[in-house]
Amino acid sequence: MNIFDGQSYFSFDALSLFFLFVIFVISLPSAVYSFGYLKGEYSSAKIKLSWVLLALFILSMALVVTVSDALIFLVAWEIMSLVSYFLVVFDTTQEKSVQAGTIYIVMTHIGTAFLIAGFLLMHKYAHGFGFAAIKNASALMPAAVRNITFLLLLIGFGTKAGIVPLHIWLPYAHPQAPSHISSIMSGVMIKTAIYGIIRFVIYILGVDSFWWAALILILAVISCLVGVIYALMEHDLKRLLAYHSVENIGIILLGVGLAMLFLAAQMPFLAVFSLIAGLYHLVNHAIFKGLLFLCAGSVYKATHTRDIEKLGGLIKKMPQTSVYFLFGAMAISALPPLNGFVSEWLTLQAFFLGAFSFSGGAKLLLGICAAMLALTSGLAAACFVKAFGITFLAQPRSRHAEEAKEVPLSMKAGMFFLSALTVIFGLASVPIVKLLSKVSGAATGISVSGMRFSLNNFILSPQIAKSNCLSAFWLGAILIALGTTGFIVYYSLRRKRPVIYQTWDCGYYKINARNEYTATAFSKPFRIAFSFFLLPYRKTQKIRESFYHVKSFAYETHTTPVFKKYIYDPVLALVFKSAKSMRRIQPGSIHLYLAYIFATVLLLIIFMHKF
Amino acid sequence: MKILLICLQLLLFIAIAPFLSGLITKIKNNIRMRKGQSILQPYYNLGKLFFKEEVVSRTASWIFRAAPFVVLGSVLTAALMIPVFIFSSPLHKAGDFLALVFILALGRFFLALAALDTGSSFGGMGASREMFISSLVEPALCLVVFSLSLQYGSTDLSLPGANYGLSVSSLAAAVTLFLIALAETSRIPVDNQETHLELTMVHEAMVLEYSGRSLAFMELAAQIKQMVMFFLIAQVVFPAAWPGLGNLWQFIIWILWYPARIIIIAGLVAFVEVSVAKMRLFRVADFLGFAFVLGIISVICAILGV
Repeated sequence: MNIFDGQSYFSFDALSLFFLFVIFVISLPSAVYSFGYLKGEYSSAKIKLSWVLLALFILSMALVVTVSDALIFLVAWEIMSLVSYFLVVFDTTQEKSVQAGTIYIVMTHIGTAFLIAGFLLMHKYAHGFGFAAIKNASALMPAAVRNITFLLLLIGFGTKAGIVPLHIWLPYAHPQAPSHISSIMSGVMIKTAIYGIIRFVIYILGVDSFWWAALILILAVISCLVGVIYALMEHDLKRLLAYHSVENIGIILLGVGLAMLFLAAQMPFLAVFSLIAGLYHLVNHAIFKGLLFLCAGSVYKATHTRDIEKLGGLIKKMPQTSVYFLFGAMAISALPPLNGFVSEWLTLQAFFLGAFSFSGGAKLLLGICAAMLALTSGLAAACFVKAFGITFLAQPRSRHAEEAKEVPLSMKAGMFFLSALTVIFGLASVPIVKLLSKVSGAATGISVSGMRFSLNNFILSPQIAKSNCLSAFWLGAILIALGTTGFIVYYSLRRKRPVIYQTWDCGYYKINARNEYTATAFSKPFRIAFSFFLLPYRKTQKIRESFYHVKSFAYETHTTPVFKKYIYDPVLALVFKSAKSMRRIQPGSIHLYLAYIFATVLLLIIFMHKF
Repeated sequence: MKILLICLQLLLFIAIAPFLSGLITKIKNNIRMRKGQSILQPYYNLGKLFFKEEVVSRTASWIFRAAPFVVLGSVLTAALMIPVFIFSSPLHKAGDFLALVFILALGRFFLALAALDTGSSFGGMGASREMFISSLVEPALCLVVFSLSLQYGSTDLSLPGANYGLSVSSLAAAVTLFLIALAETSRIPVDNQETHLELTMVHEAMVLEYSGRSLAFMELAAQIKQMVMFFLIAQVVFPAAWPGLGNLWQFIIWILWYPARIIIIAGLVAFVEVSVAKMRLFRVADFLGFAFVLGIISVICAILGV
């Protein structure tokens, strides 16, 4: 195959351009941020290496979303995986990084293997790897082959996206990379898998059976809940964010799955609307998750710890970083008027409108899915009250946090850019939805020229239910106006300044940081309420000075990693066991190996002769 | 005209909300055979707090100082999203029922952050519990919105008023909303407004460090939120449709019936508060699980069209 033979292997349709935009809009601030972040942390040779890897990483992702040939797609996909592997193990001195990298590269290659199988199956019918050829051939495929192809692609892309139960690598790999890379990996790289699902399942294969959509919706709901519940239990700031990526991929897939459902049901408007919701949440997640990872990196740079139990009080030491983190936390908790609010509203609306169009039990299922999404957003808000409150508020819990300094300008610039985007993507929702409708139309092959998604330039409202309105802009304006009025009332009638005094200590003693509520304590109600899934257990140990005198207690509380313990560990044990038994045929004798080769050649000759 | 309506609605909520709190306390005291405080006591409290000296913790940051404005701003915005005088709310184009849920979440988020800000473990405990309860409230509330949207074809809050029809599903939705309102307005059996002892430390624990004018803002915000919840229930189960000025008799009924609905709900809340015991925090999960199941029943009834 010759790339330069005149035939174009690239396509720049609306879907590709949208993903290119997402890639570059997150990569730019991350790259600027890395100037300040890498300085002083690594040697200058390593910093140069990181630039090369970063450039390769961005280019490989750009390649993934623009090629129009499945074979080149696989090559680009593989380059992306390998480069990101090298970035995960960038801190080679840390054993954790190497371990995380190993988990990552194994999982990502399992995913790629499924993709290759899926592509070869499609090639069998298309006799070519070009997207156009496969798209034309997809109608000729028998239903069983289509179903198998769908499942292979779902597992392949699902591994990269981090759908539960294939999410296992994500909380290891994302936190170990340098923070600007975490931000690109969580913000953008896992979205290339969503691109894959939209491109290959919706655009190329075309959805005609309901169970595809149902499967994706169920997996999405599980991903949402599992992601956010694990995030609530997590006290490593970057791992917490990584688990939220699992949750948000679930929310994005809710939009995509709904779009597939409506495509199968031949409801063009709703299909376009749901895909808009999914894509809107995709770009929003890229923005606020990128922002939050950059903020977490700043906290790490300033304190050299990621354990939020050792942080606290950073709002006074790092005032700007804390404001940026607050923007990210509000956006991811879907609070008005920021961007996450608009896309979650759109997703919920897609559920409601869909329920109105379907009949019978489907309505109830959509309702329960919507309720689970609401539960997810409630839990996410709780998790970010914890993440922001314990990390930035109250008094510092360790010397690291006490000595924290605000980060340099280049890092602040990166964070400022993304915080501004969380506001812009919230307030300017109508023009963005209009743009996304073109992307959505291109992906589903539906003409969107007659569809209306808004009443005017400020108010979102789907054409088929005109009274369901949302204007993040006006809500924001009213919120600010009322809050400011309260502020004016407060200060204009004030007689004297407030007295500054210590926090109420019940009259016992001067309280310090050890009296503060911890992240473990904060998440305790959730640990108990979800104990059927988390299976928490505790270890207590008495540390004795002598038999009679207990000096202190050691108390630990843990949750059982269900997926690792009951799925991955048994599989891994099986692999190692079979590898051990395979060793018997590899005893090291050269004569035996020659006999193997001879036997293989003989078999091949017989095979060629017979078939 | 619209601006006038908005201002009127704002003033109504600010002026009446403390009265509702006082009314509930008065009813409770009457049931308990006590004389109790005056029905206007919440106004005296707010007035006293408004002009009292304020103490702010040394540990607190700007979040603590800004939270009262955000909390009050969010509940007032929510108050504007509810249809009160005529069918449609002044802001029905800016946000529907779903948006209202998110707006209330904004105030709660800042309230919980402010509670964590002073470094007191009471605040942390309150914040943790509040976020726990509210995250369990959300799915039930979402089902209520869902059930209403199935009935009226829209998530617009104004519609139940225009197409008034009492049905099993709207009754179930109203009961669900009532249980949610008990949790959201920190009433027994979920929380207790009368004390901030450890057992009930949710809302009162969060505002423990507040004093003076900031506390007045926080209390007013809690009272307005309560009124918002009551209006929501009234809107769902017995919307009072504006009869117009033409028929005098109907207008008089409307004038009497309109406030009576809210007073009935307040009376029910008071009755629940004196007749049941406070639940353990982890039983609240069961309580809200029941609300969730009721929400599902409401959705099923809406699907069946009853």
